[in-house]
Amino acid sequence: MSVESQDLNLCANDNRGQLQLGAGAGLVGWDEVTQGIVLTSFDGDASGIAHKKAEDRSYSEFNSYTASVASWRVNKPVFNRDICIDCQNCWVWCPDSSILSRDKQMLGIDYDHCKGCEVCVEVCPTNPKSLLMFNEHADLDESLAAWPEKKKKAKKSKEA
Amino acid sequence: MAVKFDLNEREVWDGNYAASQALRQADVDVVVAYPITPSTPIVENYGAYVGNGFIDGEFVMVESEHAAMSGCIGASAAGGRVSTATSSQGFALMAEVLYQASGMRLPIVLNVVNRALASPLNVRGDHADMYLGRDAGWIQFGAFNAQEAYDLALCAFKVGENHKVRLPVMVHQDGFITSHTAQNVYPLTDEKAKAFVGDFVPVDDMLDFSRPVTYGAQTEEDWHFEHKAKQHKAIMDSMPIIDEVFAEFKELTGREYNRVESYDMDDADVVIIGLGTTVETARVAAQNMRAKGVKAGVVAIRCFRPFPYEEVREALKDAKAIAVTDRSSPGGAMGAFYNEVAAAMYTSVNRPIVTGFVYGLGGRDFSIEEAERIFAEQQAHADAGYITTDIQQFSGLRGPKLGFFKTARG
Repeated sequence: MSVESQDLNLCANDNRGQLQLGAGAGLVGWDEVTQGIVLTSFDGDASGIAHKKAEDRSYSEFNSYTASVASWRVNKPVFNRDICIDCQNCWVWCPDSSILSRDKQMLGIDYDHCKGCEVCVEVCPTNPKSLLMFNEHADLDESLAAWPEKKKKAKKSKEA
Repeated sequence: MAVKFDLNEREVWDGNYAASQALRQADVDVVVAYPITPSTPIVENYGAYVGNGFIDGEFVMVESEHAAMSGCIGASAAGGRVSTATSSQGFALMAEVLYQASGMRLPIVLNVVNRALASPLNVRGDHADMYLGRDAGWIQFGAFNAQEAYDLALCAFKVGENHKVRLPVMVHQDGFITSHTAQNVYPLTDEKAKAFVGDFVPVDDMLDFSRPVTYGAQTEEDWHFEHKAKQHKAIMDSMPIIDEVFAEFKELTGREYNRVESYDMDDADVVIIGLGTTVETARVAAQNMRAKGVKAGVVAIRCFRPFPYEEVREALKDAKAIAVTDRSSPGGAMGAFYNEVAAAMYTSVNRPIVTGFVYGLGGRDFSIEEAERIFAEQQAHADAGYITTDIQQFSGLRGPKLGFFKTARG
C-alpha cells in the first residue's frame, strides 16, 4: 500500500482550509462590514483565474477554500491508490469539489472540504472499491490494511 | 439602437402607462415580471417597447412574483438597471425576496400599484400590500396621481442607484384610482429624462470577471446584526440624498416634491394626514372647511420609508388635532401609519391629539363629505381639549359604529 499518495497536503497551497469557521477571528463592527454582504472570492485581479489550478489561485479569506468546513464529518472516505483506475467518476460526482485530481490522475481527498456524504464511494466502479468509508478517527494504515478482497461474481443460476 | 418614441409636451396617460414610460426613458436593461391586476400594463408596456424596438432591453416572463423579484436580483447583481411591477397577492408572494434585494443592496425599482390583500379576494386599491413591505428595507415613495407616478419612478432610479444609497426603491400608486385613470401628464423629453437619471454605474457587479464576488452569503449571530445595522444606517442616511434628487428634479421640471407635503398648513388647527389619492380628496375637503371657518390643513407622506419623523413633527407642530388615515386593516393594532405619526408627535412640545381612521378598504370610496366630517370631529377634539371619540375608528363602514381604545387624557 502506497501511503505517500495519501499525503493530505498534496496539491494544496498554503491557505487551503486554514481558517476555522466561527473561530471569532477578525470580527469587526457594523461600520466595517462589506456592503450588501458581498464577498470577494480572490485577492487582486482575478482575470483568467479559471485557467489556473487551485493551488495557484489567490483565494481570499472570504472564500470557503481557505476555510475548513468539514468539522461535522463523522465518517470519511479513504482512498486506495492500488485499486483506483483513474476513471474520474468520483471527481465528477463529488458535490464539494473535494476529490483532488491532476492530469486525470486521482490523488486523494481534500479533508478540509469533504463532508463525508459517501457519494464518491457509491459511484466508484472498481472491485473492490477504491474509496471506502471509515470512522473519522480511523488510522490510514489500518484502514488500508482492512481493505476487502475482490468479490467473485456469483454464477447466475439458470431459471426456467 | 432604439427607435425614437414620439412624445407630446402634454400626454393623456394613466398611472400605469406613465410608469412604463419612465422605465423606457430610464433605459432599464432588464424587467423580470409576472402579471397581476392592476399593475400588469406597466410590465406589459415595457415588453411592447422591447418588442417594437423602442428600447434595448430584456423582458423576462417568469412563473411567479417570487421568481420575478429573484430574477431582478440576479440581473441587478450582474450589473444592470432593473425594474418590475406588482400588486397585492403578487407583492405578498414577493415579500421574502424583497428582503434579499435590500440586504444585498441592489437598487431595483419596484412599481407597486396598491391593491387589497385577500381574503376576501379583491382587485381594488387599498394600502395593505404597501404596509406589508414597510420593514423590508426598501425606500418607499408614494405617488398621488399619474404625473407623480411618472416623476417619482425617474427619481427612484437616481436615488436608489446613488452610491451613497444603493438600496431598492418602491414607487406606490393607488390601484385603479391612479393606475387606470387617464390624466394630463407632462413627460420629459427622452434626452432630458436620460440625462437626469444618468448612466447606471454598477457596484460589485457579478459580470466583472476580474473581481468575482459572492452574493447571498450566510451569516449567523456573529455577523448578521452588524450587516442589518449597516443597512438600516444606509436607509436613514438616504434622506438628504432624496432631498437632493427632488431639488434637481424641481430645477429641471418646476415640479416640487418633498418627503412630507403640506397643504394649507400655515395656520391649521385640524389636520388629515394621508397617503395616495386620499390626499387630493382631503385637500378639497380642507378648502371646503376653510370656507366654513374651520382652519383645516392636509399633510401627506411622499416618502413612507425612511419615515420622515422630523419633518412630520415639524409640519404638525402647531396642529391641535390630527386624523391619521390607514387604508389597511391593521389586524389587532392601531395601524402602521397611525403608529408612526403618534411616535413622531409624542416627542413634540405640544403633543397634539392624534386619532386614527381605518378607511377605504378594498377600494371603498373615500368621499369629500367623509373627509369634511373627519375634519369637524377633529375640531370637536380641539375645542374639548381631549379625544371625544374612540381613538381608532372605522370610516365609511356600513352597520353600527365601530371603534376601539379610549383616551385617558382629559
